[in-house]
Amino acid sequence: MSLIELRSIVAGYGGAPILHGVDIAIDQSDIGVVVGPNGAGKSTTLKAVFGLLTVTAGSIVFDGADITNARSDRLVPMGLSYVPQEKNIFPTMSVEENLEMGAFIRRDDFSGSLASVYEMFPPLKEKRRQKAGELSGGQRQMVAIGRALMSRPRLLMLDEPSAGLSPRYVLEIFERIVAINKSGVGILMVEQNARQALQIASRGFVLAAGQNRFTGTGRELLDDPEVAKSFLGGAVPA
Amino acid sequence: MNEAIFFLNNAVVPGLVIGSIYALGAVGITLIYGILRFAHFAHGDLMTMGGFVSYLLAIGLAGIGVSTTFPVAYLILPVAIAITAVAALAIDRMFYAPLRARGVKPVTLLVASIGVTMMIQGLIRLFFGTGTYNFFEATPKVIHQIRLPIEGVTRPISFTQPQVVMVLVTVAVVIALHFFLTRSRFGKAMRAVSDNADLAQVSGINLRMVVRITWIIAGGLACLAGTMLALDVTLKPDLAFNIILPIFAAAIVGGVGQVYGAIAGGYLIGFAESLSVFNWAVLLRPFRDQLPDWLPTNLAIVPTEYKLTVAFVILVITLLVRPTGIFRGASL
Amino acid sequence: MIRRALILYALFFGLVLIVGWTMGAPFTARLLVETAAYALIALGLNIQWGYGGLFNFGILGLVMLGGFAVTAMAMPVSTAFWGSDGPWLIGRAIIAAGIGALLIIGAGRLDRIGFSRGWKRTFQVLAWIVAYIGFRTQIDPAVESIESSVRWIGGLGLPSWVGWIFGGVLAAGVAWLIGKVTLGLRSDYLAIATIGIAEIIRALIKNMEWLTRGTLTVSPVPWPVPLPQAYQADGISVTDSFVYARAGYLILVVAVLVAALLLVQRAYAGPWGRMMRAIRDNYIAAGAMGKDVRARQLQLFVLGSALIGIGGAMLTSFTQIYDPSGYQTIDHTFLIWVMVIVGGAGNNFGAVFGGMLIYLVWVMSEPVSQWLFTRLSDWFVSLGWAPIPEIASRALQMRVFVLGLVIVLALRYAPRGLIPEVTGRTRLDEKPTTKTESPDPA
Repeated sequence: MSLIELRSIVAGYGGAPILHGVDIAIDQSDIGVVVGPNGAGKSTTLKAVFGLLTVTAGSIVFDGADITNARSDRLVPMGLSYVPQEKNIFPTMSVEENLEMGAFIRRDDFSGSLASVYEMFPPLKEKRRQKAGELSGGQRQMVAIGRALMSRPRLLMLDEPSAGLSPRYVLEIFERIVAINKSGVGILMVEQNARQALQIASRGFVLAAGQNRFTGTGRELLDDPEVAKSFLGGAVPA
Repeated sequence: MNEAIFFLNNAVVPGLVIGSIYALGAVGITLIYGILRFAHFAHGDLMTMGGFVSYLLAIGLAGIGVSTTFPVAYLILPVAIAITAVAALAIDRMFYAPLRARGVKPVTLLVASIGVTMMIQGLIRLFFGTGTYNFFEATPKVIHQIRLPIEGVTRPISFTQPQVVMVLVTVAVVIALHFFLTRSRFGKAMRAVSDNADLAQVSGINLRMVVRITWIIAGGLACLAGTMLALDVTLKPDLAFNIILPIFAAAIVGGVGQVYGAIAGGYLIGFAESLSVFNWAVLLRPFRDQLPDWLPTNLAIVPTEYKLTVAFVILVITLLVRPTGIFRGASL
Repeated sequence: MIRRALILYALFFGLVLIVGWTMGAPFTARLLVETAAYALIALGLNIQWGYGGLFNFGILGLVMLGGFAVTAMAMPVSTAFWGSDGPWLIGRAIIAAGIGALLIIGAGRLDRIGFSRGWKRTFQVLAWIVAYIGFRTQIDPAVESIESSVRWIGGLGLPSWVGWIFGGVLAAGVAWLIGKVTLGLRSDYLAIATIGIAEIIRALIKNMEWLTRGTLTVSPVPWPVPLPQAYQADGISVTDSFVYARAGYLILVVAVLVAALLLVQRAYAGPWGRMMRAIRDNYIAAGAMGKDVRARQLQLFVLGSALIGIGGAMLTSFTQIYDPSGYQTIDHTFLIWVMVIVGGAGNNFGAVFGGMLIYLVWVMSEPVSQWLFTRLSDWFVSLGWAPIPEIASRALQMRVFVLGLVIVLALRYAPRGLIPEVTGRTRLDEKPTTKTESPDPA
């Protein structure tokens, strides 16, 4: 059984639907990457999972439980976590407080999680008393991912984690994501940086106009000449 | 020296007292703005309502024969605060929550809160008429007088007991609020919601709970401020309607959404009012022989009858020159 | 939509007939005059808010200015004042104010002759202080002298209708100043700033006894049409004389209202109106298309304020007394807002209808609740309980509650009003343009 399964999702912001039947299924061991052109409904898919817009048809099943249109503050305790693309930190709160907010639903001692986040992102430990809004773009992204990990999720959803980052940080963030996945957290992420992201993906989904166009492992999609031509900007480099 | 004491009694003490009341009100306004993103115009009437709840409880207690050496209002204050907080929750549930659920603009909620203002005011006037009420019918107000043991000083430093209590309570509230917002789980959650409500929601923070806590704190502080104001002067149905604009001025001057800014703004407006109507000529009296005689006998910055406009002028200037307030940004 | 409007207007006149039948013709004539004046004020707010989306909560100040304008124009000339040294003293104060204004303007331009921003700021603040002190040194003795000798400066002895026009002009002029400095503010800040400015205007009018007579009140303000006393002199009974005189006044007020309504309606249906709607619904896009958004908004603000000022002037000359302490934020700002919200923002006929209906509700809720309370009190007595004390004063307060209830009900159940705007959306029903999560999702 998959960790999360989206079955023919139709969803939108109230007007005409943006998603016209999206299917996605990944396991806890997977890194699932959703790619596609602008306006394909990639971010919308993640928001639909997290209850941020209304799903009008289809269903979302997480670990055997139906979570279609569930409120987001119910999803976090179930083991889902979400990093929005923008505004994904609490700017006037300190780094440590940001992480604490990620652990809001936990009533147990979360100092262990805090330590492992600091271990994963050493710069954050140095700046843990600083306001998150004063950090650089890459460090903010670390805060955002760290915050999402504090609830000990089984599925981490990331909306364009590499957006706006310098190439050095892109690589670093992707490395961290692989490490998080190795520690047993399923990953479902949306990326513009399609070629790089698919290289770390175990499952890849190409969306276009709110529908699945191609599905396969990351490698399969990278090797598929049609995917390369239409969605990865030209032929596969030799 | 007598002149300095006169200044203390007539400018510093009133500024401190009214500043405390403005601060307590402005904190409520700023918390509501930070969490719910609208200017809660009915806050002044929440204060009046709190004052009347305290008054009813006080006469109720006196009615069953409880008599104390201090104003009974202090005794019933916690109960009154609880009642007002519940009333604030009920008002939100009945009038604001349905509009929020529809996703209306903040200014629609402002208009709705004006409707609530009028309903509360209408009800209070319906039951209490337009007269004034006094907490000190049974026990007279204690006036403290401190005489300085200095040669030639005839004038005592004087203030009333409620004034002392009010300033101390305000300080205690500010400290408690500080620890709540920086140390407690829900206090931090409130700051998180004020900072980024969407992210707070996806972090699993229960927004409804945060909204409820906000109303409980704002309602409780409103009751405290209203009762204190009633203890310092008298209780009138339009008590707080007249100070809602200075309170808004305090919140805006302090930077809307900034708790510490609201407190600073409250005292700033309070002192601005008391200092601008103070007759500064008094302080020049010891030098009167050296002064030219064309100097007028009244050197108040504005005439007393324009006292209320001081806050509005500060408000308008702040909005125009620095709309983000002294403490920039909109967050707790 | 037109049928709905016609039915609602017909229902309103049915209500008026009922009121006329129970309360008598003189009362109804008075009610209608005030209703028409309030409808004009509501039309003014509709131009500002319904057309422009401008949150003017300073109506009170504009209405007071209109009332003051009538007294300044229409009250008899005070020979005592003009014979004293008052005019000279006031003239000096005006000159001082002028010099002060020049100083302030000059300091604001210092950067053009090479001063740094910091120095400019410093000089600006200094200029304000110097101007204020300079003005106070001139105005204080002038005020003292006038108030102790001739009380106030009196009027200009002109006809009442000149006062109406001046009311519009004065309100428009002050609104231009207010708009110039505040229209850049965000909607809720604009609302609070205008409330604050209205309070400043109120405080000034109330306390400048030399100019406005303040709380000493001015009366009797003359009418532009014959007074009841004129009819009584012709041998008409007292009751009839009131009806005739008020009917005459009513005709004049209605004529102004209809003229304003037609002009505004005509303008709004044309290209000007389309541009205004475009600016209101998306001022960023309109600005990007080259429309001078601020100037257009200022236009609406001034135009609406002129109507509000005229309405205020008509109310003052009708009651014949100008009493600054009679003006309350609830009666003169919030009431107008309820009128436009309930009537239908963005629709002139809706705003006028709202003005008439809500004023009727406002006035009638007092006798109706008095009647209800009396019944209730009788019932209490029949149960052996104590009767309700002070029914009359309590009944008066009910209308404040009723008005508040009307606001929250209208926002919740009829946010577009009874006669909604024909195209587009209204201000209060609209989703925010930037998507933000509601703190408690449904």
